Amino acid sequence: MPLAALAVAFLALPLVAVAVRTPWGALAEELAAPGVLAALRLSLVCSLGALALSFFLGLPLAWVLARVPFRGRRIVRALVILPMVLPPVVGGVALLLAYGRQGIVGHLLEQALGITLPFTTAGVIVAEAFVGMPFFVVTVEAGLRAMDGRYEEAAASLGAGRWTTFRRVTLPLLAPSLGAGAALCWARALGEFGATITFAGNLPGSTQTMPLAVYLALQTDTTTAVALSAVMLAISLTVLVVLRDRWFRLP
Amino acid sequence: MLTLAALLAATSACGQDEGTAASRDLRVFAAASLTEAFTELGDAFMAEHPDVKVTFVFGASSDLARQIEEGAQADVLATADKETMAGVADAVDPRVFVRNRLTIVVAPGDPLAIHALEDLAKPDVKVVLAAPEVPAGRYAERILDGQGVVVEPVSYEATVKSVVTKVSLGEADAGIAYVTDVAAAGGEVDEVPIPIAENVIAAYPIATLAGSQAGAEAQAFVDFVLSDAGQKIMKTYGFLPRPTAR
Repeated sequence: MPLAALAVAFLALPLVAVAVRTPWGALAEELAAPGVLAALRLSLVCSLGALALSFFLGLPLAWVLARVPFRGRRIVRALVILPMVLPPVVGGVALLLAYGRQGIVGHLLEQALGITLPFTTAGVIVAEAFVGMPFFVVTVEAGLRAMDGRYEEAAASLGAGRWTTFRRVTLPLLAPSLGAGAALCWARALGEFGATITFAGNLPGSTQTMPLAVYLALQTDTTTAVALSAVMLAISLTVLVVLRDRWFRLP
Repeated sequence: MLTLAALLAATSACGQDEGTAASRDLRVFAAASLTEAFTELGDAFMAEHPDVKVTFVFGASSDLARQIEEGAQADVLATADKETMAGVADAVDPRVFVRNRLTIVVAPGDPLAIHALEDLAKPDVKVVLAAPEVPAGRYAERILDGQGVVVEPVSYEATVKSVVTKVSLGEADAGIAYVTDVAAAGGEVDEVPIPIAENVIAAYPIATLAGSQAGAEAQAFVDFVLSDAGQKIMKTYGFLPRPTAR
């Protein structure tokens, strides 16, 4: 019991400290400072963009990993999980070497389509999807594996086509996993710092997300940094509250 | 509970004194632009003081100053500007030990034919600057403002070193960094000098810190930096000597 209490204190105290040191009286003023709203909006846009990209590419990938046996499936899964354990700054360097202007794919993108990713909002979305998508894929894949395949078989035997089965049977059964995977992916994207500042740079209004704004504000103005941190904390708490039925329900 | 406390104590003690039991640990926080010069200078200092082990923490001056204000254990602080040093209450008697100039950093061979500050304002030139929160960013801002050149950078980097990195990787076409950073980057970038009349002089102060557990060693390090031997090493990395009249 004492160890458990210590663990709770260890995890909770830093968050309490943010709340204690937040300049509540001047919070509105701090948040109205130029750049803060832009960073907040950019954070929301980019993390949702990363989530959309993860849905679009990650759902088919999770499906293949869970349902299609093929040689090298374990290697593919390891590759997918790698960004989860990779230090984000290393991810940023890797992204530069791949999708940067001189990168192995990036220089083709620029020549063929005139697209450059570094220093753009699209670059932020790419960096956030790189670190966030694995969480989505892994969670959804686990959901697909845990699903009872007999429901789908029953639907098929009753004459439902593959698309109808997927839409009417698989998706509803998968909804909790989709929700949890999306929440994890989105939260990870929202908090992304290392890969973003390395790959996409830091420009207010186009690539400076909230974590970057917090980091730079900390160098000159601790009060602003704490105020921004409090906002991020509030957003995270809100996500938890919205998802409480899923995560707080005891088995 | 006790085991955990013991574990924490043991690991934090590890951080305090690595090396032999007899050696004293000296922790020097220094501006990112000092990385190469101070690394060599630290080796020379340790050769003279075999009982002292110097550990460097390099980063944006502003970041280091904030860490010290928040209680980080440091014995010596060297920043890239006086303003940042002035914000550190614990700094004891800061003295300027070297000066530096700024320069335009471009890709090797200067493919975009950037010749002057005005060229950084061209719309097709991707410019990176250090963030205005760090000294190099403030210096760059002062230089550009002084010439009335309006630059729209693609990024404000967190340290001056990453300005050079972004140019050497080819992600950015040009940036503004210290003369010494270009020298330290070897042949990976070229420089387009900023004329002296348009440039600023960056003065680097160094100070021991009041909270230091190794006051004598800290003072010895500062003295070494200011000595002829220390100044000679700094000069080989392109730093200008400290002002002679003190």
